[in-house]
This record gives sequence, structure tokens and C-alpha cells, in this order.
Amino acid sequence: MITAVRKPFAEIAGMLEGSRKVLILGCGTCVTVCMAGGEKEVGILASTLRLANEKEGRRMDIVEATIERQCDREFFDTVRDKVAEADVVLSLACGVGVQFFGEVFPEKPVLPGLDTKFYGAAIAQGVWAERCSGCGTCVIADFGGVCPVTRCSKSLLNGPCGGSQKGKCEVDPVNIDCGWQLIYDRLKALGQLAKLEAVRPIKDWSSGSHGGPGKIVKEDAVL
Amino acid sequence: MSTLTMDGLKSGSRLERVLAEGHFAVTAELGPPKSADTAPIGVKAAHLSGNVDAVNITDNQTAIVRMSSIAAGLLALKEGIEPIIQITCRDRNRIAIQSDVLGAYALGIRNILCLTGDHQKFGNHPTSKNVFDMDSIQLIGMLACMRDQKRFACGEEIRNSKKAPVVEPRILIGGAENPFGDPLEFRAIRLAKKVEAGVDFIQTQCIYDMERFAEFMRQVRARGLHEKVKILAGLTPLKSVGMAKYMRDSVAGLSVPDSYIERMDKAADKPAEGIRICVEQIEALREIEGVAGVHIMAIEWEEKVAEIVKAAGLLPRPEPAAGPEVRT
Repeated sequence: MITAVRKPFAEIAGMLEGSRKVLILGCGTCVTVCMAGGEKEVGILASTLRLANEKEGRRMDIVEATIERQCDREFFDTVRDKVAEADVVLSLACGVGVQFFGEVFPEKPVLPGLDTKFYGAAIAQGVWAERCSGCGTCVIADFGGVCPVTRCSKSLLNGPCGGSQKGKCEVDPVNIDCGWQLIYDRLKALGQLAKLEAVRPIKDWSSGSHGGPGKIVKEDAVL
Repeated sequence: MSTLTMDGLKSGSRLERVLAEGHFAVTAELGPPKSADTAPIGVKAAHLSGNVDAVNITDNQTAIVRMSSIAAGLLALKEGIEPIIQITCRDRNRIAIQSDVLGAYALGIRNILCLTGDHQKFGNHPTSKNVFDMDSIQLIGMLACMRDQKRFACGEEIRNSKKAPVVEPRILIGGAENPFGDPLEFRAIRLAKKVEAGVDFIQTQCIYDMERFAEFMRQVRARGLHEKVKILAGLTPLKSVGMAKYMRDSVAGLSVPDSYIERMDKAADKPAEGIRICVEQIEALREIEGVAGVHIMAIEWEEKVAEIVKAAGLLPRPEPAAGPEVRT
């Protein structure tokens, strides 16, 4: 999923300074699962804002809503009225959802309530970790199912650097496993260590974000 | 422009000729200044000139901004030092690196050491974006392609136009290896990959644990790698007990045996003891099959390199047969 965390409250309050009618719009998919921008988080943020406004004597109407996804046009239909009534919309979607809101409602100011982080998995209750960089050309078949582009702090494709120590990455030995130790261990367990002997050529990065903003056209799905 | 007569050499650099003639090579390190003041280069070069065969010019090591390695290398060259320019993959992509290699060669640089590069987190601009368009093995392969295939990474020939001559950068290609990094079983495989990519010489991370290094060299010989690449063992003389403990505790991939720490602890003259240990290490390394030389990284202690090299019986440095005419 796409993971995100809520922006600090002071930053959100600062962005909303002077707004009279605010719609806080949650997203029911990835950011709900990672507990950053779903219905529950919309409610918590709205309550916190109301309390702060009351305390500081600010007048602000706060409306709450959450839709299934902010990256698909059809789901916005249910909140058109609320959007129309708001001065500004604070989207608790990922960066995709915030921008797409702006494409669906070009006349309406929209603000991001989250900081979007990465494509990750829930490795434990309440803990999410990055697993994919969206490089556009998946190479993990050759690396025992572990992505060197994402899991190595330097995206090395031909083996670990000198900073791999006791299975940890020197960039943050407490929180980051050495991606290459993971690759090595996995291939060893699979009896495929020979895969590491081949020199891998320089990667074509143009298939990912380095080729400019990407677009996928699936011909059989286009109307 | 005259043609380069290669005499079977790849670059004709002094380092290459010393190694080709079978001498036990000695290299050292020179960190460029952290300002535009060139004076430190002259001071450090004066300590090293004539006492070593070539000197690494580091490339923003530990991700701290310093004078460019090519510029500092050229200044060192004028001071009578043969530079080994270090290039890391952290700050430049394939376009910038190939451009710099052409420029460095045009200015008289003949040795380049290819490194991954320390992560920017450790330097003085930790909020910067890194590049890592390629890794050090791919960098070695790219330089070998430029020199031997006379082509850029994209496949285009290295010439100004279809009618112009091909003028490729003829560089001796170096790499680094940390024999002590994890996973340990992967280190010799990684060295083999560097050899396959086209590396000519290797300098290792500084060694204190001689037994573990000897084990690494056994793995290297088992693969026959010592016959395909010149391996220079890295050494950093200890100045103090504090430094020994720092190396042991804080540098990833380094282990310092307790015996060295005890010796440093007991010694009255600690720097002298550190130098004695370093000289003993050189003597032991010369006995290990496949070690072609030493790389002495005397960090901000360049003035002691001559003393170490002399005590190890490695002075005067050999005068290898003259290299090819450098084209003008």
C-alpha cells in the first residue's frame, strides 16, 4: 500500500489559518489501513482542530467526510455538496489523492494533511516498512524476492557495500536491515547463490520516475 | 596529436609500471582541503613525494564537501605526485562521471579508483539527495568499456565526429574491497565480480585483524583472483588508544585485535608504537601470497608515511622503465 503519516498539528493549523469552512476529507483505502487518513483519523483531527479553535477563539466550521478512494473520479460524487460549501478542503489522502481532488474540483483550494512516505507493508501491528520504489522494471526475480533498489540504502545491484555489519545497514543500524544480507540469506536458503556471481549491468532508470511523469494506457480498458 | 605507444600497458601510469615489474607497491592517501586554499596540498604532497608510488585523492570522503578530487589531483601532480583520483557513485550520474573521466585524462590523470561512496547521512549535508545511478562494480565496467571498447556506456564511440579519431581515456582502474564487511562469504564473490568488470588493482579497507585478512586472501587465491588483479592491503597507523578503540567500536567492518589495543595502552610513546605495529603488519603482509603492495592511509598524519615506508625497508621507491610518451 501507499503509506503516509499525518502532518504535525501546528503545520495543519497554520495552513488553515483564516479559513471559515473546512472540509476534512479522508480516504478509505491505503491511508485508512495505515491509520493516517481514514474516517477515524478524520474524526480525531476534526476534534483536535475544534478544541484548538475554541481555545483560541477562532471561528471555523469543520465538516468531516471520507470516501472510498481519492484516486478514482467516481467516488467523489458522494461529497460534491460538501465540497461546494467548503472554503477549503484538507485532504487526508496520499499525494495522489490530494492532486486528483484538484483535478476533479479545479476551482476548490485543496491542502495536504498527510506526508506521503512510501510503498510499504505492515510488518507488525502499527509498523509499516518500505518494500518497493516503483522503479518501473522489477528485478527481484534475480534477488531471491528481495528488492535491492529499495532495501539497500544505496540501491546497489552487485552486492553489499562495506557498511554492512551483523545484518544491519550503517545508515541506521537500529532500524535498517542490510538489504544485501537479506538477499544473500534468502538466495542461500533457496540454493541460488550462483545468481549473485553475474555482474549486473547499469540499470535503465527511465522506466521509473527518472523518465518523467509516468502514464499507463491499457488499451483494452480504454473507452 | 601523437599516438600513444602502450608497450602492453593499459594506462602507462607509474603505478601500473611498478606493479607490472613486480615491485611491492606503496600508495598513500591525500584528502583535498575543505576550502579553496591550496596550501595543504603542497604540504601533504611534500611529505609523500618520492616515498610512495601513487597517492589516492579522495572524493568528498565521508560525504563532507572538499575540493574536487580531479582539481586537487592536478595540483598534486604539479607537486610531483602521481594521483589516483577517487570517484564515487554518490554524487554523479553516468553522464557526469564519463565527462569527468574525459576531463581528468585530458589533464594528465592516469589512475582512477572506483567507489560506491559513503552515504550522505554521514557528511555535512545529510539532507541532500544521492545519485547512485550505478554501483562501484558498474563504474569499473564503465571505465573499462571507455578504455578497452573505446565506447561510452551508451555504446557510442568516443570521438568528436565520424571522421575524427577515436581518443579514449586510458586509465588504470582501481577498486576497493572491505575484506571484513558482512556477509563475509560474499566478499570474495564481490571481488571476483570486480575482476570480471575489469578492475586492474584493488586497495583494501584498513586491516588490523591479520588472521581474518589471511583467511580472505585464502578465499581470493582459491578463486585465482590474485593472478588477475593486483591487491594492495590497506593500513592505517594507530596514533593513540582512543583511535584504536574508535576504529574497533565505531567503524563499520573494522575489528581491532585486543593485542594491538593492549600494546598501545602500555606504550610510553604511543604514536611510535602505532608506527611499529604498522611496520610489523607490512612485513607480515609481504609474506602473504597475492598481496602486491600496501596502501597506507595515514589520516592527517601524512608526515609519518616516509618513516613507515623506510622502516619497512621499502625505500627508495623503484624507478620503473619509462612509460609511454604522454600525448600532447
